Amino acid sequence: MKKIVTVLVLIGFVITLAVIFLKPVEIEQSDVNLLKAKYTKEKKSTVDHSKFAVLQKTFSKPQQVTEACIGCHTERHKEVMASNHWNWEREEYVEGRGIIYVGKKNAINNFCIGVDGNEQSCAKCHVGFGMTDQLTAFTDQTNIDCLVCHDQTETYTKASEKGGAPDMTIDFNKIAQNVGTPKRSNCGVCHFFGGGGNNVKHGDLEKSMFEPLKEVDVHMGIDGVNMNCVSCHTSENHMMLGRVYSLSSMNRNRSTCEQCHGNNPHEDGILNEHTIKVACQSCHIPIYAKVNATKTYWDWSTAGKLKNGEPYEEDDADGNHTYLSIKGTFEWGKNLKPEYIWFNGTADHYLLGDLVNDTSNPLKINNLKGSYNDKESKIIPVKIHRARQPFDPINKMLIQPKLFSDKYGEGALWKDFDWSRASEVGMKDVNLPYSGRYTFINTEMTWPINHMVSTKEKTVDCIECHTRNESRLAGLDDFYMPSRDYSPIVETTGKLIILLTLLGVLLHFVVRIYASRKLNGRRK
Amino acid sequence: MKKQVYIYRSFERFWHWTQSFLIFFLAATGFEIHGSFQFFGYQNAVKYHNIAAYSFIILIAFAIFWHFSTGEWRQYLPTLSNIRAQINFYLIGIFKNSPHPTKKTVLSKLNPLQRLVYLGLKILVIPVMVISGLLYMFYRYPQKGTIQALNVESLELIALAHTLGAFFLIAFIIAHLYLITTGETITSNIKAMITGYEDLESHDEQKEIEPTEVKIEKEI
Repeated sequence: MKKIVTVLVLIGFVITLAVIFLKPVEIEQSDVNLLKAKYTKEKKSTVDHSKFAVLQKTFSKPQQVTEACIGCHTERHKEVMASNHWNWEREEYVEGRGIIYVGKKNAINNFCIGVDGNEQSCAKCHVGFGMTDQLTAFTDQTNIDCLVCHDQTETYTKASEKGGAPDMTIDFNKIAQNVGTPKRSNCGVCHFFGGGGNNVKHGDLEKSMFEPLKEVDVHMGIDGVNMNCVSCHTSENHMMLGRVYSLSSMNRNRSTCEQCHGNNPHEDGILNEHTIKVACQSCHIPIYAKVNATKTYWDWSTAGKLKNGEPYEEDDADGNHTYLSIKGTFEWGKNLKPEYIWFNGTADHYLLGDLVNDTSNPLKINNLKGSYNDKESKIIPVKIHRARQPFDPINKMLIQPKLFSDKYGEGALWKDFDWSRASEVGMKDVNLPYSGRYTFINTEMTWPINHMVSTKEKTVDCIECHTRNESRLAGLDDFYMPSRDYSPIVETTGKLIILLTLLGVLLHFVVRIYASRKLNGRRK
Repeated sequence: MKKQVYIYRSFERFWHWTQSFLIFFLAATGFEIHGSFQFFGYQNAVKYHNIAAYSFIILIAFAIFWHFSTGEWRQYLPTLSNIRAQINFYLIGIFKNSPHPTKKTVLSKLNPLQRLVYLGLKILVIPVMVISGLLYMFYRYPQKGTIQALNVESLELIALAHTLGAFFLIAFIIAHLYLITTGETITSNIKAMITGYEDLESHDEQKEIEPTEVKIEKEI
C-alpha cells in the first residue's frame, strides 16, 4: 500500500513538472513584423500640384504663395493659426499656477535664454513670416509659412535674422508645385538645430537623423524601416502629436511607443511588468548623441572676453565651439548615457518674472514631476543641460538679456558685450524691473530622450541597473530595487549567522579530531 | 545486535535529494539576483530562480501529501524528553565516543534537536520563503482601476524577509552538512539517505513496527 502511494506520488510529480514546463511552442507573426510591413508601404499622392495654374504664376513675395495655398485649402490656415507651431504658446494647467499660457513667448531656457527681444533671429524657426512687425506677426493669415513644412524639394530655406522670411533667391514655383507630407528635412531644419547649432539642445535629435543608420535609430534607419518624423508624430488638423517638456506642461497629446507597440511588447512576462514603472525609452535608448556631440554645459559668465577688441571663438578637435565671446564657455558630450528621473507627464517651468529665493541648489528651469509613489510616473531617460546664467540678485529674477541686434549701441550683448546694459534693455523689453546688479546662478534644464532608439541587441542589460556598482538608476533612491539595494542590518545579521555557524562547526570538528586521537592513543 | 533496516523510502529520498539540489540552485541564483556575485547573468538567474521556485513548490505539495498519507508527519512532533541528553551528547559525549542518547528507529528517525530544527524549517523558514517568494513574483504595483487589496506599495519588506530567510537556510545547510558526519560512523547517515538502509541497533521497538504498520493501513 505504502509503496503504491509512493510510486503514485512520484509519477504525479513528474507529470506535473512536465505539464508546467513543456508548453507547446506557438508560432505566430510578431506584432513588430506587422508594424514593419505597415510602415514600409509607400503612399502615393492623389494630387499633382504642378498642374495647378495658380502655382505657375510668378511670386514676388512669400505671402503670395500662402494666398495661393489658402485659395484651395480654404480652412487650413485656421488650423495652423490655432497650432503651437504658429502661436509659440499654449494654454496649460499647471498645479500651483492654475491655467496659464506657456511657450517661447514667456518661458526661459538655459541656452540662448529667451526669445523676447531677439525675435528677428529666432523667427527663423517660426512657421511664419513678418516677425518684424509684432502686431501682424501672429494675426495675418498670409504670414503663414506653408512651404517650410511642406516643401518636398529640400531647397526652401529661411533667411537669417529676417523675421522668418525665406531666402529670396529660391524658386517659389518649383517648391510650390512640389509640396506634400513633411519629410525629415522639413522638421529637422529647425528641430535638429535648436539652441543655435546642431544637436545643441536635444541630444537625440540632430543632423545625423536626416539619414541615420539602423544602429543610430532603429525606426528611421535608412537601412531599415526608414520611417519619417510624421510616422509617429501624426497630426490631425495641423495639431501634431508629441511634446517636449522644455515648454509643455500637461500630460496630453503625447506621441508614445505604446501607441504602436502596445503595453506588453515583450515575450518575457517580467520584462512586460517593467513597463508599469519604466518607460520603453529607459532600456531601449542606452546612449544618445551617437553621431555628433550635444551641449552639456553652458557658462554664460565667461562671455564678453575679447582679443584685440574683437570677439573670438575656440573649438575642440571635433569642431564644437568650446568658447564664444558672445555666449561663453561650453562643454560637449558624445555617446552619452542618459540620466534617469521619475516622470508623470506634467511639468512646471520657470516663467519670466518668477522669483528665485533659494540659489544654493541649481534652479530647475523646467521641473518634470514624478516619484515612485505616483501611479502615473515612469522612469524616463533624460539629458540634463547645466548652465550658469545671468540673475538679478536684488529682484531675485533670472535676467532676459538683449542678445541680438544688427546695430551697435542698442545694448545687444552680442554687439556691445556689456552685460549690465544688455540686462537693462532686455528686462525693459519684457516689462520687468532690473536692479542694476547682475550675477550668475546655476540652472538645470531637463530634456527627455525619446529618439535614437537602438536595435534590440543593444538594449540596456538588466545588470546595468540591477547592480550595486554604478547602477544607471543610482540616482533614484525612493524605492527598493533587487540587486542594487539591500538592508545593511539584514546583510550583517545574515553574514554573522553564517559566520558563527561556520566557526561553531569548525571548532566542534577540531575538538572532535583532537578528542578521537586522544582516545585512540589511550587504547593503544 | 545491529541489523540492516530500510529506514528512508524511495519517495523520501527522492524528496530529500531534489530538495537539496533545489535549495543549492535557488541559493546560487538567488544570491546572484541579490547582487552578491555574477555567474548565470542577471536575466538568466531570474528565469532559473523562478523555474526552480515553481519546482520547489510542486515538490513541497507532493511532500506534504506524502507526509500525511503515510503518517510520517508525526516524526516532527517536538518533544522535550531527552533534549538535555541530546545537547550534552553534542557538547560533551561525542568527544568521549559515548553512545547516541536517542535510539534511531523507523518510527522515530529524528532526535529531539532534529525534530525541533526540522519543524522550525517546515513551519517557519520554508513558509516564509515560499510566501515572500510568491509575493516577490506576483506583487503588483498600484495601478488605476484594479483591485486595490492586491497592491504592494514597496518590494522592500518582501525582499528583506526573503533575503534573511536565505541566510538562515545557508546557515542550516552548513550545520546540516557537518552533522551528517556525526552518525554511528562518519558515513552512516549519508549512506542511509542514498540507499535507504542503515545499520540500526536491534531492539524491541523494531519488531513492533510490522503490526503497527498493518494496523494503520487497516484504519486507512
